[in-house]
Amino acid sequence: MENKPSVWTSNRFWRRSATWVTGVSAVLLILLTVDSMSQMQMGTAKDIQNKVDKRIPSPLVINYKIDYQLSPKRGHEVPIIGGMDANGKSKYEEKEKFFGRDDYTEEEARALIHKGKLTIQAKNCMDCHTLLGNGAYYAPDLTKAWLDPAWNVIGQGYGGKEYAMAAFLQNPPAMAMHERKMPNLGITKDEAKAVVAYLKFMSAIDTNGFPRNFGKIKGAVNARK
Amino acid sequence: MQGNSVQLYEGQKLALKYFTVAIVLFGAQLLFGLIAAIQFLYPDFLFNTLDFSIARMVHINALVVWLLYAMIGAVYWLLPDEAGKEVVGVKLGNLAFYVLTAAVAVVVLVYLFIQVGPGTEMTTWLITEGREYIEAPRWADIGIVVVVLIFLYNVYATALTGKRSGILTVLMADLVALAGLYLAGMFYTDNIAVDQYWWWWVVHLWVEATWEVYVAAVGGYILIKTLNANRKVVEMWLWIEVAMMFGSGILGLGHHYFWIGTPEYWWEIGALFSALEPVPLVGLFVHVLYDWGKERGKGNTIKNVPAFAWLTVETFGNFLGAGVWGFMHTLPQINLYTHGTQWPAAHGHLAFFGAYVAIMIAAIYLAVQGKAGLKELKMTKAGWWAIALITVGVLFMTVALTLSAYVQTMVERGMYGATWEGYFVAQANQWFVQGLGWRLATGIMVIVGYVFLVYDLLTCTKKQPVEVSQVETAAATA
Repeated sequence: MENKPSVWTSNRFWRRSATWVTGVSAVLLILLTVDSMSQMQMGTAKDIQNKVDKRIPSPLVINYKIDYQLSPKRGHEVPIIGGMDANGKSKYEEKEKFFGRDDYTEEEARALIHKGKLTIQAKNCMDCHTLLGNGAYYAPDLTKAWLDPAWNVIGQGYGGKEYAMAAFLQNPPAMAMHERKMPNLGITKDEAKAVVAYLKFMSAIDTNGFPRNFGKIKGAVNARK
Repeated sequence: MQGNSVQLYEGQKLALKYFTVAIVLFGAQLLFGLIAAIQFLYPDFLFNTLDFSIARMVHINALVVWLLYAMIGAVYWLLPDEAGKEVVGVKLGNLAFYVLTAAVAVVVLVYLFIQVGPGTEMTTWLITEGREYIEAPRWADIGIVVVVLIFLYNVYATALTGKRSGILTVLMADLVALAGLYLAGMFYTDNIAVDQYWWWWVVHLWVEATWEVYVAAVGGYILIKTLNANRKVVEMWLWIEVAMMFGSGILGLGHHYFWIGTPEYWWEIGALFSALEPVPLVGLFVHVLYDWGKERGKGNTIKNVPAFAWLTVETFGNFLGAGVWGFMHTLPQINLYTHGTQWPAAHGHLAFFGAYVAIMIAAIYLAVQGKAGLKELKMTKAGWWAIALITVGVLFMTVALTLSAYVQTMVERGMYGATWEGYFVAQANQWFVQGLGWRLATGIMVIVGYVFLVYDLLTCTKKQPVEVSQVETAAATA
């Protein structure tokens, strides 16, 4: 019996390999997911008190000034909440009025982003825009929409960019910025405020440096002005 | 097969129903894709009536749903054949088919005529969940789960009581994973990063893991049917491909976790495993051509030329679209610039077509042959036009979108640092616009090919060479 069939053409060997490879991959994915979920929990008021940066910050960030700055340590841009200290870390001190207030309670802030996200889903925003880079490509990415230089300019005429954004959302064709107009989706005043709150909250999510060089390229946007 | 008075299994008759709806929805997918492509160039087209968001939602949802219909249909077609017995629970299967089709019709009508709702939980239950690809409202999600459970029951009950081939074993394991993953997309959270994390479990683990394994299993069945390929060899390759596809595809999930608020370790995991993802696709490709050459050497003829031709398109398309075009922008260093541009659109069109559309059409041609009871099915002129127009159309569309993507990446991301101003400057660039123009033209080409395809599926069995039918009749009377 020297002519034993080679293991490389044995169905049994390959079936077992397939089962093992699949099993090991699935277990690894589950372990990584457990770790990722713990790192992706939404921050709380306590985190802000203790000046702890969370990947997904507390909804209370709507009370603070948000910025997106190069972190020399990480080699890409990171959200800075409430001003930056000497080490390039968030200080959670510099507040910023959002619809006239900078003292939203945790419940109020949570309620706003809850309604904001529901509205974003109810109006199918992702079938034109991209959020965190996912979605359609028919309209601009909203990941850092709150920080986009365009709103700083438009906002001046409205007493703040949150008012301009809310006005736009309630009747987009009236403030069309491009021939590819956003349709009127029947967004109410409350929904518009909540969506803007969500956009501000989303701009503070740590996206590992995406989008790269956001509005900061020397020799391009800023230098042309 | 008994000549013209063909005896089909009840399960196979059910498969024909699924295939019919699949082809209709394929047409809907192309129609709404055309509307969306026109709106990219002429934004006022149907503005405020059927906006881009709605056209695009129907376009992608019709794609997913028709592929699922065709997948279920192909399983019902091969299941009694492989198991050597009638499908258990066919009546239940028929009921599930009508329930599913009614639900799909209601969902589409709501998409078209109600479109959006107020920002409340009720909208996610009744109108839309607003989450790309899985927009269906939650009531429909629950209905889909029930229908899929019936389907799974039928597959398991039939395979466990009949002959259990390697192909059926792979399908049983794969379908339960496919169905289970859908549950990962059925909840609401305010945390958009967590939302998208699980959303990818449905989208990626379907498209880049369970669907690919499904395709390998059905592809193996088609090889056996069209080429008389050696079952032992086919099944050995099938297990190798399962190992490679799940081995690369499950953790390849990481390439979607670069920028959505996840920890950085996904950069390395995503880069490594998605670099491996094209490997099994090469295997599939080599396998088909190898079998073809080997079997032809024995003087065997191809039993179903259209099915085999579409299977060949599938291997090329899957390797190019999913493998090459996917790998082009999958490393985090590149993806940082290409994520959220026309790159994924270019990749997506060729990948879905190459990996899934082509093989589902091949499966449908097998059913057309089986229904007519023909021993051999030759390619007709209309069949050639269909395969040529659709394949060349999608290939050129991919090249056109790649051109647009290249311009967009350079201008919007490279020059303008991803601002809105940069976005609009890129969208107006003449090279970008020209790419979209070619996309529209090639889209029309695909639709013409679709018309040929439908015509051919309906008529090709009547246009087969006379001697084949005679042989068939002789065999039946003998």
